[in-house]
Amino acid sequence: MGKIFAIVLTVITLVSVAFFAMHTWWLPVDISTTGPAVDRQLDETLIGTGVLFLAGQLLLGFFAWTAIDRKSTAKTKTFPGGPTPLLTGAILVVAIEVFTLTFVGSKAWAAIYLAPPDPSSIRIDVQAEQFAFYFRYPGPDGKFGGVHPDKIDDGSGNYFGLDPANDIAARDDIVAASLVVPVNHPVALTLHSKDVGHSFYVRELRVQQDFVPGLDIPLHFTATKTGKYEIVCTQLCGLGHYNMKAYLEVMEEPEYEQWLKTQEGQ
Amino acid sequence: MHDDSPVAVAHQHTAPTSFIRKYVFSLDHKVIGKQYYGLALVAVFVGMVLSWLLRLHLAYPDWHIPLLGKFSPAGAPGGVMTPEYYLSLLTMHGTLMVFFVLTNAPFAAFGNFFLPIQIGAEDMAFPRFNMMSFWTTFLAFVVMMASFFVSDGPPISGWTAYAPLSAIGKDAGPGLAMGQDLWAISIALFCIASLLGALNFIATTLDLRTKGMSFARMPYSTWAWFVTSVIALLAFAVLLPACVLLILDRLAGTSFFIPGGLVLSDKLQPHSGGSPLLWQHLFWFFGHPEVYIAILPSIGIIATILPVFARKPLLGARALVGSMIAIGFLSYMVWGHHMFVSGMNPFSANLFSVPTLIITIPATIMTLLLTATVYGAKMRFETPALFCLGFISVFISGGISGFYLAQPSLDTYLHATYFVVAHFHFVMAVASLFGVFAGTYFWFPKMFGRMMNETLGKLHFWLTFLGVYCIFMPMHYLGLVGNIRRYSAFVDDYLAPLIPVHRFITIAALLTGAAQLLFFWNLAWSRFRGPIAPENPWEATSLEWTTTSPPPFDNFAGHHPVVYNGPNEYGVENPDGTDYVMQTAAPKSA
Repeated sequence: MGKIFAIVLTVITLVSVAFFAMHTWWLPVDISTTGPAVDRQLDETLIGTGVLFLAGQLLLGFFAWTAIDRKSTAKTKTFPGGPTPLLTGAILVVAIEVFTLTFVGSKAWAAIYLAPPDPSSIRIDVQAEQFAFYFRYPGPDGKFGGVHPDKIDDGSGNYFGLDPANDIAARDDIVAASLVVPVNHPVALTLHSKDVGHSFYVRELRVQQDFVPGLDIPLHFTATKTGKYEIVCTQLCGLGHYNMKAYLEVMEEPEYEQWLKTQEGQ
Repeated sequence: MHDDSPVAVAHQHTAPTSFIRKYVFSLDHKVIGKQYYGLALVAVFVGMVLSWLLRLHLAYPDWHIPLLGKFSPAGAPGGVMTPEYYLSLLTMHGTLMVFFVLTNAPFAAFGNFFLPIQIGAEDMAFPRFNMMSFWTTFLAFVVMMASFFVSDGPPISGWTAYAPLSAIGKDAGPGLAMGQDLWAISIALFCIASLLGALNFIATTLDLRTKGMSFARMPYSTWAWFVTSVIALLAFAVLLPACVLLILDRLAGTSFFIPGGLVLSDKLQPHSGGSPLLWQHLFWFFGHPEVYIAILPSIGIIATILPVFARKPLLGARALVGSMIAIGFLSYMVWGHHMFVSGMNPFSANLFSVPTLIITIPATIMTLLLTATVYGAKMRFETPALFCLGFISVFISGGISGFYLAQPSLDTYLHATYFVVAHFHFVMAVASLFGVFAGTYFWFPKMFGRMMNETLGKLHFWLTFLGVYCIFMPMHYLGLVGNIRRYSAFVDDYLAPLIPVHRFITIAALLTGAAQLLFFWNLAWSRFRGPIAPENPWEATSLEWTTTSPPPFDNFAGHHPVVYNGPNEYGVENPDGTDYVMQTAAPKSA
């Protein structure tokens, strides 16, 4: 029975590892300046934990394989050296792995969440609501109009609750259903929610950030490849959660300027 | 007042004779333990059926299930569930499994039955509290199940009930009116019951140990229940007020978790000043220790059972107990790792990440000690032994993925994906349940006086062991692709190509679920038809194996056991040919 267990466990282990090693199912291509550090961190973690996973499972299988037959007259054996060398070794290996990962990884985290956005960033206000995202650009004056929750009216398209009658800054604000940005240009978002918690997740940017009602949360990125990518909600927000998405459209700079002009004209 | 007298507190009640006092409102810890076990069985069955329905819907979204349509015409018109009903069932699956199964079965059920016997006591310290905690748990279960029958169904906010979705009421969507009220009330009741239970376990362990039962001689399962009780006492003491605040927000118009200026269902909500993050902090301050409430008892159970079947002492027993205590302590410093991308200050991510990664050290110690105990063992491969080996394997698998999620820089990609689902199912659900299975096959003879069927047991193990890997290992791959959890359908171009993987998982889940019916059948059949169990069928050393199977009302038939040895005396050579020393065996010089 011990041998059967060892064989089954070894097969499970090798098949599991193979799919990771072959990248059969894998992350989409990265399109951000901060993404490569995340991917590198993932690779290092995969190798480190892969070794631990293989060692742990195969050792267990090996011990089960070599277990003494219950009918044998042989005595049981204690693990060589007792617990102290085993545990000391394990603590050292795990501690080194843990602290290396933390040290290297904290830089990847800091680049996304702790570093301030570039001063030249394009500022975009993002609103999440059940079950859509809306994106607001400040318009030619470079200023966002004030937000008034009591004036929100989805029926007339006033998703943000702007008050253009009394607020000059609000008059030229551009509201779009897609997040359109120029390639290789830093973008600084401010995330806020109209109703419940949501999240902003673009797999290709390697970035995820919740919207928290009552808070304005900053998030910045620089996209390095043109294309159209999904922005999806990852925080359970109600019945339409599965279908709450928008698109990130990364364009060449002139194309972006053109798009902005068209929007201003509307 | 723990003095030299064998049992400091005498059994305060005598054996009841009426049916109600004997089997229903019983004060006997053994009956209460069985009641908890029975409740967990009902809950796990419901939770499992829910998971089948969820998996079926994900893999075959157009499949009609007429029975479901009959059960809830609004939730599943024509037998196809609506997105909101999917979320309702998801919420109930998580809630039932985490609270009523993973907390109740390894901790409350086995702990109640065996903690007093393993320390040589006649009952719990507070038998009336004990009865009250079970019946409060039962009431919590009834209230939770009632949400299936209210007009707009169970809540859709997940087992984590994040505010303000959970706090606002019907304007937030279906299932968030009375269903969510019942959820909050049920969990509050569950907290009260768990607090009473934890106090009882702590007092019993501290005060009712029989003569000679020093802390160093306590079996590892007792250690685990004791450490878990301390964790539970602190954790549920935070969730209870959190639930009360949630109920107040919902029913009394307060704004603990709801900020101002929110517009739902085209209405400006009459709230201001609350903080949704406050709920997350309170919830996860409970929620992370809860993971250890689910897993530590199973680790203790495995550490108790494995040496019995390996016929050698557990390696490094002191280090194992020390690791349990270390984990209990660290479990209170890591709750923020659930909230790396939640909008809390991103600087705090490092603060929460480091202790989370440090927890891997005691966890690694425990895993290695269990693994190394298998080395050179004279293994008796009975069903409990197989589940012990399976436990070690799934605990490694689930622990390894923790390395990824503990790092904020990877959580930014993997958070809220199926990678997380794979992680917590392996490390908390499957590992904990393997402990429960091992405990059941091991202790069933003591609880019911009959042996379970070995052939069915082994078949159950192999199907379950292969099955859980087929279900949960592919979820890691889905997570790497960026497959988000809690979606009721995969409708977009990005996720649709993953549906074949979901179909594989669904088929594996149905088959593994079906294998659990073997377990249910084995329980029912063996209860009445199993061979009569001897006093000590496994040749184990702890006190429960010194009394009859099942034990008499006062556990030791008026006799007070005296303990001379630790629980770990296996692999010795006795003159009579046996290889173990009972805890009660007096040294030869005596």
